[in-house]
Amino acid sequence: MTTATASAAVAEAAGARALKPRRRPPAARRQRAALGILRWVTIALFLVATLLPFLYMLLLSVRPIESLLRNPSQILPSLDELTLETYRDVLAPVADGGQGFLTFLGNSAIVAISSVVLALLIAIPGAYAISRLPFIGRRQVSALFLATYLFPAIIIAIPLFVMFTRIGLRGSLAGLVIVYLAQTVPVAIYMIRNYFQTVPESVEEAGLMDGLSRLGVLRRITLPLSLPSLMATGLFVFMIAWNEFLFALLFLVDKRPLWTVSLGLSQLSGSIEVPTTVLMAGSVVLTLPIIILFFLTERLLTGGLTAGAEKG
Amino acid sequence: MTATEPDRGRAAQPPSADRPRARRRRTLTQKDARTGLALMSPTLIIVLTVVVLPLIWAVVISFQELTLIQIGTADPFSGFTLENYERVLRSGALWASLATTIGYTIGSVVLVVFLGTVAALVVRRPFRGRTLVRAAFLLPYVAPVVAVTFVWRIMLNPEFGIVNEFGQNVLGWDEPIPFLTQAVAHWKFLGLSIPVPTALLTVIAFEGWRYFPFAFLFIMARLEGMSREPEEAALVDGAGPWQTFRYIVWPQLVPIIGVLAVLRTIWTFNEFDDIFLLTGGAAGTQVASVLVYELLTVQRNVGAASAMSVVLAVLLIVMLGVYVLIMRRRGESL
Repeated sequence: MTTATASAAVAEAAGARALKPRRRPPAARRQRAALGILRWVTIALFLVATLLPFLYMLLLSVRPIESLLRNPSQILPSLDELTLETYRDVLAPVADGGQGFLTFLGNSAIVAISSVVLALLIAIPGAYAISRLPFIGRRQVSALFLATYLFPAIIIAIPLFVMFTRIGLRGSLAGLVIVYLAQTVPVAIYMIRNYFQTVPESVEEAGLMDGLSRLGVLRRITLPLSLPSLMATGLFVFMIAWNEFLFALLFLVDKRPLWTVSLGLSQLSGSIEVPTTVLMAGSVVLTLPIIILFFLTERLLTGGLTAGAEKG
Repeated sequence: MTATEPDRGRAAQPPSADRPRARRRRTLTQKDARTGLALMSPTLIIVLTVVVLPLIWAVVISFQELTLIQIGTADPFSGFTLENYERVLRSGALWASLATTIGYTIGSVVLVVFLGTVAALVVRRPFRGRTLVRAAFLLPYVAPVVAVTFVWRIMLNPEFGIVNEFGQNVLGWDEPIPFLTQAVAHWKFLGLSIPVPTALLTVIAFEGWRYFPFAFLFIMARLEGMSREPEEAALVDGAGPWQTFRYIVWPQLVPIIGVLAVLRTIWTFNEFDDIFLLTGGAAGTQVASVLVYELLTVQRNVGAASAMSVVLAVLLIVMLGVYVLIMRRRGESL
């Protein structure tokens, strides 16, 4: 920080001098070289900061706990103590002396996949309506969506808790899916709408003229054209649902067989009985699906979220 | 394309046939309006029942004196009282947690925007492996919050965490720093003892680490959309790197940074997961949403919890209103 501002100040002074002769003096060239080095140093620092925690997670997960406690400053485990026992411990069902993460993985997958499917089914028509059809209250709907994000999630948690307890949805995965839908559909509509707007209206009108209904146009013309954005949106919903913690905690905490991976890890990391390295294996199991998905589709996702931001 | 239909109609039919066409037009618009509402209705139903209705109910509860068990069985429209608000506003807990929340929010938003801008600037020019580097920068944001908070807790652990090991063995710290459990440390500097909120700063650092990718993503998109020409012209005119940044790049970034700051402020202000999972609200990190959670689960005081969250929401709306007003006054659009 200090070096950056210092060199920046030097650069400014030099730049001011350089303005007059309209020729790049050696000073400016030297600064550019220095900036080039600084740039690589910064990139390296950022990489260390972002990757180190994940690396640490992975390396701790293949060590027995005794090894960590005996020699905490050693990062790389020695080859003879490498173990996958931690993964067995964390994945095996409770009856076999494990922590039951395999069940949790199944729960998380059910919740995340149903959230994606339902959110897309709900958001696609909504996004189409908002981008193309002049219905009453079209403008107010966007304001409504925005307003819902002003309130802390915990404020709606209280009445939802009561409502869902009443209708028997609280201790179920379905209740969780409904909450995730409410949290993701407005953003999903926004993401898909941005893309629908890039589909030329004339193409759709041609379809209408050829006798397709509005729904037919949506299904036959607009959707196939916006497939990349739909995938990006689906991924976004998947990540939210897979990573969510607060509502899983509020709705499912007393039903261990229904815990999601996030909830399971947070609950077990509070207890002293489960060794840290076993929980690290649990963290890897929780993180890996998301990271794999992310690397497979990084380009799609980053494009989908920031669509429209280029114009500032 | 829109013009084709009326044109064809006019060519094929005499002008006297205008009326039926007008009627057909109107019904098409009406049909579209009806389809629009129908297509929108699943979303509206979900948002209204799962967000709006509970919100309204929470506001109602905040004016009633109820325990967790009474809710739902008690008459929802009776027994209105201001007692919850009185209790919440009078207690020191609200103001203490608000001060913490505001410090936490300002610290994290500034850090997130700063780190995001720096990260976007350093990977701006193409280089080999840039795609991978960019993906790596995004990891903290996409990884599950429970997993990353757990790793941070272990890394910062005073007994066997790698950070304290490194600090003691390499940097020569006298004793391990309890990053997440120490409320205040006293740094000796020039004979002065400066109080430092250790846990709060650690939580802010975590926030910067976890959310800088969000700012990075948007600033990068903006940088990519920028025309290179003004910068090249400046280079020809002999401008230094700092001048180019200060007078050409930065002004183009200001609007997106403004939007990012607003979004991050809203989200950080309401943030619950990160702090709850890192410190549980201990050691001077009890932000408002964690306090609400505690009122709800530990003290089981639903009315006070609701009143507290309503106060928070109102505060946020007032802050945003002031921001919008300032922006309007400056003649900028949001």
